[in-house]
Amino acid sequence: MSNASIASNSKITFLNINSPTLKANLTKVANQVVIPIVGIMVFLLMWSVAAQNIDTSLGKFPGPSAVSEQFKSLYTEHNAEREKEDAFYERQKKRNEARMAEDPDYSPRIRAYTGKETFLDQIFTSLKTVMSGFLLAAIIAVPLGIAIGLSKTLNTAVNPIIQIFKPVSPLAWLPLVTMVVSALYVTPDPVVPKSFINSLITVTLCCLWPMVINTAVGVASIDSDLVNVSRVLRLPALRHVQKVVIPASIPMIFTGMRLSLGIAWMVLIAAEMLAQNPGLGKFVWDEFQNGSSDSLARIMAAVIVIGFIGFLLDRMMLQIQRFASWDKASASR
Amino acid sequence: MNKVVLDISHVDMEFDTPGGKFKALDDVDLQISKGEFVSLIGHSGCGKSTVLNIVAGLYQATRGGIILNGKEVNEPGPERAVVFQNHSLLPWLTSYENVELAVKQVFKKTKSKAEIKEWVEHNLRLVHMDHAMNKRPSEISGGMKQRVGIARALSMQPDILLMDEPFGALDALTRSHMQDSLMEIQNELNNTVIMITHDVDEAVLLSDRIVMMTNGPEATIGEILDINLERPRDRIALSEDKEYTHLRHEVLTFLYEKQRKIETINTKKPQASEEKKVKDSHAA
Repeated sequence: MSNASIASNSKITFLNINSPTLKANLTKVANQVVIPIVGIMVFLLMWSVAAQNIDTSLGKFPGPSAVSEQFKSLYTEHNAEREKEDAFYERQKKRNEARMAEDPDYSPRIRAYTGKETFLDQIFTSLKTVMSGFLLAAIIAVPLGIAIGLSKTLNTAVNPIIQIFKPVSPLAWLPLVTMVVSALYVTPDPVVPKSFINSLITVTLCCLWPMVINTAVGVASIDSDLVNVSRVLRLPALRHVQKVVIPASIPMIFTGMRLSLGIAWMVLIAAEMLAQNPGLGKFVWDEFQNGSSDSLARIMAAVIVIGFIGFLLDRMMLQIQRFASWDKASASR
Repeated sequence: MNKVVLDISHVDMEFDTPGGKFKALDDVDLQISKGEFVSLIGHSGCGKSTVLNIVAGLYQATRGGIILNGKEVNEPGPERAVVFQNHSLLPWLTSYENVELAVKQVFKKTKSKAEIKEWVEHNLRLVHMDHAMNKRPSEISGGMKQRVGIARALSMQPDILLMDEPFGALDALTRSHMQDSLMEIQNELNNTVIMITHDVDEAVLLSDRIVMMTNGPEATIGEILDINLERPRDRIALSEDKEYTHLRHEVLTFLYEKQRKIETINTKKPQASEEKKVKDSHAA
């Protein structure tokens, strides 16, 4: 009898030990999944209520349902456009084959399809631009930042220039960039369109400063003991940079990269709107000029996509940082 | 008498401060023989670390210089390996890679790949860290980090090993354990060592000579105490040894009677103002 009661007691305590962990797990799930979902639901509700009460010259402000409809139609439009394109190439191929059969000397010319760029095309263009501009900036900024961080003299020389150009919106550069590119980039058969070069340089200009500054600060603030280790070992300059400077400043370099990628994405959209360069910004501007009853919903769809891509870009950098950096703590933020 | 490996020859050190020149060291002169273990002891701020940094080549003496094996040295180099107070391991490298970096730099021309690997592992074994070769500094304890730091310094096969309060940041038990390890290694390798410490027991236990420094500014060598205790030394046996107690007493007397820190703080201020007066009169 007493034995049985002890056994049941221990069973109860066993369950009691288990239940708090279960509870903790449940709370964790609630925190990570349920609460954000609730937040999004509340936002959608507020949005749809507010949207109904805003009348614009293009009809009511689009609510969530109108926007989701436009997502669908943007996708079907994209598919339709692709079908048209395929049909165009198919027709061209047949025509060429027919002429070849008639006249063996005829060398067929392939003409590119010049249809309208769809929403998905514009997303892809923008992504390509932002990544190329970002990479170009990184190639310039990281070595420059390391050099500035290592040399006090260079830092003193370059610092005023950086401080003055840093606060300049890259959009102010845009007219200058456009003129310079159209003057210098003159080839009869361009590999990439001029508009791409314009957007790319604008992105590069705005990515440059945060990366240079963060890299330089990271390099300059290396623990002096680590520098002394390198001095005692008489590491040659290049090996010192490779073995000590770069690993030590990797966390700061990545901070700069994430900052500038975020800015770059925002600036790119604005630049595309302003300069009518292909991309999401142009899509937004075209829809605005178009002024149909669907326009606002389509712009809102673009806004959501822009935000989502910006978020994904940041996550991507974070993942790369986690992979590349020894300091896992700095990569968790 | 053994041949002199290192000659710290009449070294003065002045630092430029916003308030003018600050003379940290005045005529520090010391000869160290091969295989000798010398401790530098003194109150904090007396310029012990400055002496070590000058020997390491990290600082340049204002006057005088460092002669190593008959040649003057002006820049840092692996023949004067340093064990830093806070280990200074590269945090992104494992224990093995930290030592390997040093070995590769020093022996890349004379050792083959396999020999380098063997030498790195040998040095880590020497400090009993071969079980954590693939761990990063953040994954091992403070004492273990310092062991790896010592392994890195030993792996360079230095003419002289410079240790800047190597166990200062460790707790008392770990510290005595590390001291025993160091004696064991020293027994085997018989390196020439300069160690900075502020621990009287550590100095007496480990050293062949204790160099006691006066308080700064213008610190210099106050007294030198020869420690002729037999090796290998055992801390428990020594704790009741008369000679040991006497030597300990000597160091304590120097530190707490002859060079009492509080008194020098009181006398320092008038001295400093006198100096200024002298400088002013020179300027005038």
